[in-house]
Amino acid sequence: MASPELVFAGTDGGAVTDLGTYEERGGLTALRRAREMTPDEIVAELNASNLRGRGGAFFPTGRKWSFIPKPDQNPNPHYLVVNADESEPGSFKDHEIMLRVPFRFLEGCLIAARAIESRRVFVYIRGEYGRPFEVLVDALAQMRKQKLLEDVTIVIHRGAGAYICGEETALLESLEGERGQPRTKPPFPAIAGLYASPTAVNNVESIATVPPIIELGGKEYAELGVEDSTGTRVFSLSGNVVRPGNYELPHGFPLKDLIYEIGGGIPDGRVLKAVIPGGSSTPILTAVEADQVTLDYDSLSQMGTAIGSAGVIAIDDRCCMVQLGVRVSQFYEHESCGKCTPCRVGTRWLTQILKKIESGRGTHADLDLLLDVGEHVNGTCLCPLGDSDAIAVASYVAKFRDEFLAHVEEGGCPFEGESSLDQIVAPTDVHEAHVGPAEIVRPLEVVA
Amino acid sequence: MSADEFRAAVAKMRATYPDDRSAVLPALRLAQERHGGWLPEEAFREVADALDRTPAFCLSIATFYDMFHTEPVGRRVVGVCTNVSCALAGAQAVVDAFERELDVRVGETTDDGAITLRTVECLGGCGWATVVAVDDHQRLRVGPRDVPALVKELRGVS
Repeated sequence: MASPELVFAGTDGGAVTDLGTYEERGGLTALRRAREMTPDEIVAELNASNLRGRGGAFFPTGRKWSFIPKPDQNPNPHYLVVNADESEPGSFKDHEIMLRVPFRFLEGCLIAARAIESRRVFVYIRGEYGRPFEVLVDALAQMRKQKLLEDVTIVIHRGAGAYICGEETALLESLEGERGQPRTKPPFPAIAGLYASPTAVNNVESIATVPPIIELGGKEYAELGVEDSTGTRVFSLSGNVVRPGNYELPHGFPLKDLIYEIGGGIPDGRVLKAVIPGGSSTPILTAVEADQVTLDYDSLSQMGTAIGSAGVIAIDDRCCMVQLGVRVSQFYEHESCGKCTPCRVGTRWLTQILKKIESGRGTHADLDLLLDVGEHVNGTCLCPLGDSDAIAVASYVAKFRDEFLAHVEEGGCPFEGESSLDQIVAPTDVHEAHVGPAEIVRPLEVVA
Repeated sequence: MSADEFRAAVAKMRATYPDDRSAVLPALRLAQERHGGWLPEEAFREVADALDRTPAFCLSIATFYDMFHTEPVGRRVVGVCTNVSCALAGAQAVVDAFERELDVRVGETTDDGAITLRTVECLGGCGWATVVAVDDHQRLRVGPRDVPALVKELRGVS
């Protein structure tokens, strides 16, 4: 299948970090065209394209922009905030977009700013992305020198290590100089976002897709991909595959072709056991299910999972699913900001129960407790961080129940130390090594 | 960087934002660089003075974020990602190689104060496993066999 590259167009597999080269290869035509369009016309093109947010929530970008009040409706300054805090395990597309097509990204920022009548753009980039930060700073300086920014100011603001700051209201808190904890919604950022002013928060890939949409026209863009999941997507492929990497493909591409044809299949003569299709927050698929789905919103929803941030993790038959649950849950426990009790307590509790099952000390009641705790976390907090832990873990139990039962009934891990995730040391393990292991307690009983 | 230069740099950061509260993270980052990679008590007083906030407020911000250190660290901080994708690709062997090469356990700093070893959560390089952060930059596709040379390089640079 011929796959048009839109986000990575003109790169020949490399990076375009020189403004002159970018322009020679067709860059900046969208910006020039957009500057002859009214803000409403730009939003109309986005609506026609049906571009949906690439950060994970899949919300229509044009509709998000249309929620921003007009300057005469709200006199506060309007802000565009770009979420470059990519931290979802399995996702590394924004990283590569910023490294390879910084000008397309910045061009998208300027077009988006025009669409929402904003003069101030903040790019919140995760603190661990030192190289992408430098690339953006250099690209921005080149554009400024050519006076391409006109009256728009773009500030690249560095985070300092917190997954939760990828949640849009936590990101805004962090950008305002606070601890990155999510806010209550409403008000939504479109009404009261950064500094309580109208704010659009968009993902890096969404913004980098804006110039090709303006170039092609929204309607033509919408011809790519499938219904409700239009256009191309940069899929991050990782885990047990021969050729991991980022691949820009049209939505609707078969998952099995991504893994076996593009990704080169499973190495070391192993077989595929499971696939996490959209970042660690999304429910897992068995190898049989993975064979049947295409990479788009509808196909993955029908299979009970989600396209999320399009981070595809292939897992081969060496992996113990209880250990996978432990490691994933440890991540959410580590990153829980602590604001909402069910998440703060629940993510830790889930990890403890999973560790008990993995050690062979778990009972059938612990397995029930695991799912029960998850149900009490899911949907009870300000943001979906805790939900992600609960949903992911519940999917491992649902799809690989026999393996969980084997741990309980055989009194130990059936992989007997041979699992690919055996003995992996997570940051929370290091914490426990210093303060001692946590006992499994029922937190509510302790409170009572 | 002198105290005056630090104050001047933070003043410039404050002017970057419509509301200068936003300068807290960049100011803490700069203070940490100035104090050898971590934030001792006096750093919080300096940041607080430069921002017109309290030291306790600045401390409360620093402790929220993984990249700020409130205890001494080595001149270089090495963080090996052990999240799922890197783990599947053999990250633990890389952690083990660093432990052997540096003669420390994860969470510790070498006796000469050169390198602190940590395990960290996803660094956003899952397809380039194993990803190793050296301060705020990343080394990609690191295998256990790459570790001795990397350690030598890091000791040389420091």
